[in-house]
This record gives sequence, C-alpha cells and structure tokens, in this order.
Amino acid sequence: MNIEYYIVLSIALFCIGIAGVLTRRNAIIIFMCIELMLNAVNLLLVAFSKMHHLKGVAANPNAGIDGQLFVFFIMVVAAAEVSVGLAIIVMMYRNVHSVDVNFLNRLKH
Amino acid sequence: MKNVLQLVWLIPLLPLIGFLINGLLRKQLSKSLTSIIGSGVILGSFVVSLLIFLQVKQGHTAVVNLFDFISVGKLSIPFSFQVDQLSSIFLLIITGVGFLIHVYSAAYMHEEEGQHYARYFAYLNLFVFSMLLLVLGSNYVIMFIGWEGVGLCSYLLIGYWFKNTEYTNAAKKAFVMNRIGDLGFLLAIFWLVNKFGTVTYSGVFEQVAAGAKTLDGSAAIVGITLLLFVGATGKSAQIPLYTWLPDAMAGPTPVSALIHAATMVTAGIYMIARSNILYTLAPFTQAIVAVIGLATAIFAATIALKQNDIKKVLAYSTVSQLGYMFLGLGVGAYTGAVFHVMTHAFFKALLFLGAGSVIHAMHHEQDIRKMGGLRKYLPITHITFLLGCIAIAGIPPFSGFFSKDEILAAAYGANKVYWVVGVITAGMTAFYMFRLYATTFLGQFRGGEQLHGHHPHESPAAMTIPLIVLAILSVIGGWVGIPEVLMPNAHSLEHFLDPIFAESAKHVHAHHLDHNTEYMLMGVSVGIAVIAIFYALGRFSKRPELAEPTGFGKVLANKWYVDELYNFIIVKPLNWLGKLLNNFVERDVLDWTVNGVGRLISYSSRQVRLLQSGQVGSYVLLMVLGILAFFVIQFFVKK
Repeated sequence: MNIEYYIVLSIALFCIGIAGVLTRRNAIIIFMCIELMLNAVNLLLVAFSKMHHLKGVAANPNAGIDGQLFVFFIMVVAAAEVSVGLAIIVMMYRNVHSVDVNFLNRLKH
Repeated sequence: MKNVLQLVWLIPLLPLIGFLINGLLRKQLSKSLTSIIGSGVILGSFVVSLLIFLQVKQGHTAVVNLFDFISVGKLSIPFSFQVDQLSSIFLLIITGVGFLIHVYSAAYMHEEEGQHYARYFAYLNLFVFSMLLLVLGSNYVIMFIGWEGVGLCSYLLIGYWFKNTEYTNAAKKAFVMNRIGDLGFLLAIFWLVNKFGTVTYSGVFEQVAAGAKTLDGSAAIVGITLLLFVGATGKSAQIPLYTWLPDAMAGPTPVSALIHAATMVTAGIYMIARSNILYTLAPFTQAIVAVIGLATAIFAATIALKQNDIKKVLAYSTVSQLGYMFLGLGVGAYTGAVFHVMTHAFFKALLFLGAGSVIHAMHHEQDIRKMGGLRKYLPITHITFLLGCIAIAGIPPFSGFFSKDEILAAAYGANKVYWVVGVITAGMTAFYMFRLYATTFLGQFRGGEQLHGHHPHESPAAMTIPLIVLAILSVIGGWVGIPEVLMPNAHSLEHFLDPIFAESAKHVHAHHLDHNTEYMLMGVSVGIAVIAIFYALGRFSKRPELAEPTGFGKVLANKWYVDELYNFIIVKPLNWLGKLLNNFVERDVLDWTVNGVGRLISYSSRQVRLLQSGQVGSYVLLMVLGILAFFVIQFFVKK
C-alpha cells in the first residue's frame, strides 16, 4: 500500500484531534481528542516503520524496528498523562460541579 | 625677599578659604567669629599684597605659573598669575579698601540672623576672591573666570535680602546685563585665539608689538577691541548697559561700596588698561570708547541732579565717574584712568560708607528729603562725608583733583570738545554732590517722624574708623600723581606704571600742553567746581528741594525714561516671543510628541492585555498557531 494513504489518514486524524481540543467545551471530550492526536501519531510511526522494514530487510532483518519501539513509549506516556488528567478533572468536578472548561477562566483574575 | 612674588597664590587663596569656612559652617559660627574670619583673610591678603607691591616697586615682576589649565593642540592656556605694576596697584586697592569695608560690614550687618550674617561674609569673600583672580590672571581666560565670578557675586549680594521680590529683580537685571557684555568678551577671546593662537598677555602683546605696522587699525584689532569694550560696558555700567547699577542699590550699602564703587565696576577699566597696546593700535575704537565714556558721564550726571535717594545719587555719580575713566582710556591717558580708579575707590567707598552710616542712624530711611541737620548728630560721618564730597568735586589738594585733571588735560589735547563736556560734567558733579551734602547734613532735621521723635546717634567705631581711614586716603591719595606743571618729577604713579604702558607710548605722539595752558585748564575746572559748590550750598542748605520735580526736572528724576524705553523695546518683545514659543512650540508640538509616546504605549498595552482572557482554550489555540508558524518559517527558511 502506498505510504501516502497512511500519511493523509494520519494528518486527518491529527487535525480532527486539534479541532476538537480547540473547540469542545467538555473536558472529557477534550481528553478524548488528545488521545486521538496521540493515536494518529502512533499510526504514522507504525506505517513508516513498515516502509523502512520493507526497504531494508535484505540488509538487516531488524530494519525499521525503531518506529514500533517508539510507539510503546508514546502509549506509556499517554496512559500516565490520562490518569493525571482525569484526576484533575475529578477534583475540578468536586469544586465547581461542572466539567465545562470555559468555567475555568480564573486566570483572568 | 624677592621670593614673596612666588607666594602670590596666597592672595586669592585666603578669601577663598574664608568663603568656604563662612559658607559651610554658617549655622555653627558665632557672629563675631564670622566677622573675624571674613575680615582677617582679607587683611592677610592685604599684607601679602603690600609685600609684593614693595618688591614690584623695586622693579621685580613675575609670571607665576600654578598649573596647566587648558592644553589643546597648539593652544595652551596656563593657570598663572601675572605680578606686575598694574596688578599690584589693583591688588592693594582691592584688598585694602575691601578690608575696610569688611570691618564696616561687621557692624552694619549686625541686625542680621547668624546664618545670614555668615552668608553675607561668605559671598563678600567669594567676591574678593573672584576680583583678585581677575586682576592677577596672566591671560584673558583667567580674567574671564574672575569676570564671571564677580558678576555672580554681584547677583548674590544685590539679592541678599532675597525675600523681597524687587531686590531679586534688581539682582537678575544686573546679572543679565553683565551677561550681555560677557558675550562680547567671549567673542573677543575667540577672535584672539583665532588671530594670535594664544590668549596670554605676554603672547598676544608681543605678537602685536612685533606686527604693529601691519596691525595698526586692522579689522582684527578694531574688532577685538570693540568686543572687549562691549564686555566693559556691561561690567562697568556704560551706555547702553548701565541701568543695572542704580537698581543694584537694593543690596546692602557696604556691598554697594565695595562692588559698585571701588572694585567690580573698575574691572572694565583694568581690562582696557591691560590691553592698552591693542587700543593704541585701534584709534577708531579709542574714539568710540572716549565718546561713550563722555556721553555716559554727562548723561548720568544730569540724572543725579534730581535724585532724592541718597544711594541713587551716589550710584549715578559712580556711573558718571566711570565715564570719566573711559574718557581717559579713550584719549590715551591710561595712567590717568588708573589713577582715577584709585582715587575714586577711596572717595566713592567713603561716600557710600558714609551714606550707610546715615541710613543706619536714620533707621533705614534713604530719602534725603526726610533728613537734614545731621551734622549735629553724626559728627564723624559729617566731616568724612564732606571730605569725600570735596574730593569728588575735584578741589585741590584733595585726590579727586589730580586724577580728574589729568584726564581732562589729556582730553583737551585730543579734542577740545571732549574737554568742554568734561568740565561741564565736573561742574554738575560738584553741584549734585553738594546738593546731597547740604540736604542731608545742613539745615533743620526733618526726620522726626521716621525716628519717632528720637534723635539719630553716631555709628559705632567699627563703622566710623573705616570712614576716617578712607577720608585720610581721599585727601592724600592724590599726592602720588602730582603733575609735572605743579611739581617736577612728582608723578610717582606714572613713573611706576611706565613699563605697562611703554609699548603704547611708542606709537603715540603725546600732545604735551605747555604749562600756561595747563594752569588755565586747572583754573577753569577748579573755578567751575567752586562756583557750583557755593551755588549748591547757598540754594540747598536753607531751603532744601522738597517739592516734587516738574517739567524737565521730572524727566531727569525719572532717569530720562531709559528703563521704560528698554522695557518697551527689548523686554516686552522678548516676553511676547517667549509666550508665543511656549504656546505653539512647547505645548502643541513638544508636549504633544512626548505625551504622545506615552499615550501610544498605554494604548498598545491595553490591546495586548486583551490576550490574557483567562480562557484556557484561547491559550491552547495560540500555542497551536505558534507551532504552526514555527514550522512554516522553518520550511521557507530551509529553502
């Protein structure tokens, strides 16, 4: 399969993720969009890893394995970040009984 | 003993130390200590000046170098003092008369509060310091430093009682008029540097003497001398820059005596006498100097005829006598002019201090119409004042006769018209001085109201002793300058000052009047003076002039309306120009620009502040936009 298809899909997913982060008001939906962005990147990394593997498998049976390794790192970071973020959202809900981010413009004061 | 010339730096240093001590410690010192320090340093300077004079009399002169002041390229202006005949005479006058006036001030200013008393003596010492720098300097720049210094001290002392706005206005007027003259002096210095490459007296005068043939009457010499004379008109109160001097009478009377009679106003004469070679080679300027001096002399004398304030009469008399000195300089009688400086210092200081004694006794009344009959109550003041009046009228053998006569004789030799006007002025001088004397000291005492029925009493010894000393000097001071006709080889002053004016003498064919002409001239001037004296005594002793002046007298009493004229021509247009510039340039243009910068910054900061909405969403948007921009730039920069 052409690598371009994977690139375009990944970009599309990433942009949808960004648009969601910027426009949605519900904090949990924003987190979902952040996960979407991270997964778009993972998809791209795996696609490139396969591409490099196919190109260099004659010389080295382990060619292109770096991409897939990096994906694991990203998944770990995503998991840690989600747990921390959800904890913050729970605290926020306990204080103001809402998960609307526009409510949090306290930095203005 | 010849080495005492090397100690010349002590002479200005002592008053400077007096100024610092009295000025810095003015709140701590007692009045007696202040006056002792203030007067003592001047006495010290006088002693050193005397020792130096005795050395110079034997012919030892020197240029004492202290340090290199300005050294730029080929121009070198050292800070050095010139000790020669001319400066040593002036040193004696300044320190001697200055010391007497300091002693007098100790009693006169006694009513002042401690720190103001010390301030007075500090300023007076600073003045003497500046004046000494002026006469001791060996180049025009040091003279200019002293010149400016005396102008400053004149301002400080005229405005001594600073709470009175009229007095401070007078001080401002004096300073501004001095400054106008100083511009001329500065331009002359620049021209000197341009033309001769040096400003030291020895440097300039040697070059001028060497190049006398080509420089005679050249534009450079005429220009320089005219500009120097402009400086002199400002400092020595000649037409048109004389109006500050009568107003300067707002200051304490000893200040008027020292600054505006004996020393500061003579700085102009010193400068021209010092530059005599330049003036001898510029006959055009000399003519202008003589004419302006003469015009000032007679003009001021007419005003003095109708003044009723005792100090104003003396002020206009000073302007008039200064006019005589410039007349002397203008006709080449340099020695005569310096001689008149000396005798004038004696009798004018005497007259001013006497007036101060009268004012003190009359509890600060200065209008002579409210005085009269004071000879009964103030005997010492009366006798000394009378002696001063006789001296200024020019009656032999008092000092004024010899100096005035020398100038008049030289004037006769130059131009008979000068002599005629000079004699008329001398007559007027005798008249108004004796009008003043008669109205103040003779007749009935009219001041009962001022003194609440008490009688005035004589001043303390600290005030009368200087009067006595000055009176003695006014009587005998002229005997150093007895002319040839009366006693051969008796003009010791002329003999003494010969080396200073020797170079000039080479370029001038002196008109030697024969003895009969000289006797006639003397007779005429003395005769006119005597007639004027008796007329004044007769008219004013029994019936003093108490009524308001009318007609022409009113014009004279109002000083020919010169102040009003200056106000109309110069002050009002300047004020108008100032207001115009203030309203248009200052407010609309400059303030708008400067405030505009401030307004711009606060506007832009208001706009930028809106970025801080507190909304996290917009912050994230900005982050994304920033990264995007970063990538775009990287893309295009790489290309």
